[in-house]
Amino acid sequence: MTILVIAEHDNTTIKSGTFNTIGAAQKIGGDIHVLVAGQGCGAAAEAAAKIAGVSKVLLADAAHLAHQLAENITPVVVELARGYSHVLAPATTFGKNFLPRVAALLDVAQISDIVAVESADTFVRPIYAGNVLATVKSADAIKVITVRTTAFEAAAAGGSAAVEAVAAGADTGTASFIGQELTKSDRPELAAAKIVVSGGRALGSAEQFKAVIEPLADKLSAAVGASRAAVDAGYAPNDYQVGQTGKIVAPQLYVAVGISGAIQHLAGMKDSKVIVAINKDEEAPIFQVADYGLVGDLFSVVPELMSELSK
Amino acid sequence: MKALVAVKRVVDYNVKVRVKADGSDVDIGNVKMSMNPFDEIAVEEAVRLKEAGKVSEIVVVSLGVKQCEETLRTAMAMGADRGILVETEAPLQPLAVAKLLKAVVDKEQPQLVILGKQAIDDDANQTGQMLAALLGWPQGTFASKVVVADSKVDVTREIDGGLETVALKLPAIVTTDLRLNEPRYVKLPNIMAAKKKPLDKTTPADLGVDPAPRLTVLKVAEPAKRSAGVKVASVQELVAKLKNEAKVL
Repeated sequence: MTILVIAEHDNTTIKSGTFNTIGAAQKIGGDIHVLVAGQGCGAAAEAAAKIAGVSKVLLADAAHLAHQLAENITPVVVELARGYSHVLAPATTFGKNFLPRVAALLDVAQISDIVAVESADTFVRPIYAGNVLATVKSADAIKVITVRTTAFEAAAAGGSAAVEAVAAGADTGTASFIGQELTKSDRPELAAAKIVVSGGRALGSAEQFKAVIEPLADKLSAAVGASRAAVDAGYAPNDYQVGQTGKIVAPQLYVAVGISGAIQHLAGMKDSKVIVAINKDEEAPIFQVADYGLVGDLFSVVPELMSELSK
Repeated sequence: MKALVAVKRVVDYNVKVRVKADGSDVDIGNVKMSMNPFDEIAVEEAVRLKEAGKVSEIVVVSLGVKQCEETLRTAMAMGADRGILVETEAPLQPLAVAKLLKAVVDKEQPQLVILGKQAIDDDANQTGQMLAALLGWPQGTFASKVVVADSKVDVTREIDGGLETVALKLPAIVTTDLRLNEPRYVKLPNIMAAKKKPLDKTTPADLGVDPAPRLTVLKVAEPAKRSAGVKVASVQELVAKLKNEAKVL
């Protein structure tokens, strides 16, 4: 049994979700190979080779793989996949984008967003916004799987795998990359942060979101998240959204500020180790999952919290 | 240019589903059903493209039980021109849906297919990408902006770190994210008018597709409940508990 993990990377470094995906592969058991597909991504391949438990790194390096477009990365993975029992990718926007294409061309089901491995062919995955956990068994010869990264331990450093070049295929020519606008921030990555401070609709404006949530996040070296209501209202960028259809987070500490706690939001954060809720409505559903609830006006509580943390 | 939109009938997003006592499945016997919210956004986008003169006809497709007709009528009340129901009582998984949709696309020859990025029941997020692969078409998933030109579509996609824009040669697949648009409220006269729009029916057998599931659900269960903790009276108490009790600061 050999597992192929598709690395998410920026051609230089390996993104954190890849380490958790390798962690999931270790739970399945067997040899683990990692594919690094990109352009000028030799450094990323070298980094992948140093992850514990990886026995081989496959490197597909070509101009048409620079932006890892689904149309171009899919044929590379499909070509390799036939030699593997499992193909895994993180359930990030990277993995979700191309892996179903791979599954369809292999004529196998994809098992999305697994949170536990029961055996080599049986996995647990959340459905209905995480309100139900389904245990599913695959009858396909190749198991194609995306991994909920917060549900698995990250693989450690300490490997020394060989890097082997593989065929990079051709440019399909049907899609081209125009550009990216990435949110610039020195804060930790939301999906992997140890502490997350999230703001909701009660912030009232983009200015107040920035003035109240961001300093608290910086004080705690935390990532910033938001509820759907806050994003819809334009208080925070789209990629801050935590929830069923946004990011799934499971930090050591999640601080929900002015968030009522719709089930779709809870789906994205209820596996956090410790949850703090600050809300002036003592009936808000967020208090039903919070370890520590503080009923009060966020505009006075948060500044007070800032000064208490400075003591 | 013809656009095709796929819509799924799902448990309404306000309903909290329960697991059956024997753990075999979720109990959706008597709950409210609605169009998948992401599919509503897909229909709205197609209607806006038609209103802008970019699309000439909108065909809406649903797959599943007879009651999916209601979902198709809703889409037609929003502005779709005609509906196709692929009727089956069999449970459908994303790969089967993608194969059935491919068969419909082969017949209808649309230039653009718009789908929701995921259904809020199985949360799979697969069908659009699978359909694109089976057709050999490019895809713009998780779209927050769609600009159609003569022979291409530019799609701005929501990715983990921000936004990415790709240019796709038509024909192409687009899957919708939350912020693409805000679906319109359907007005009563439009609901009445939608009842007269054409609705064709077909079956998986007619389309030559075997929809047998590849994954077997062994059991379903509710996750361990997180119990409510304590209310603290002050910021001082909160910080003290986070430091000394939870030890996360």
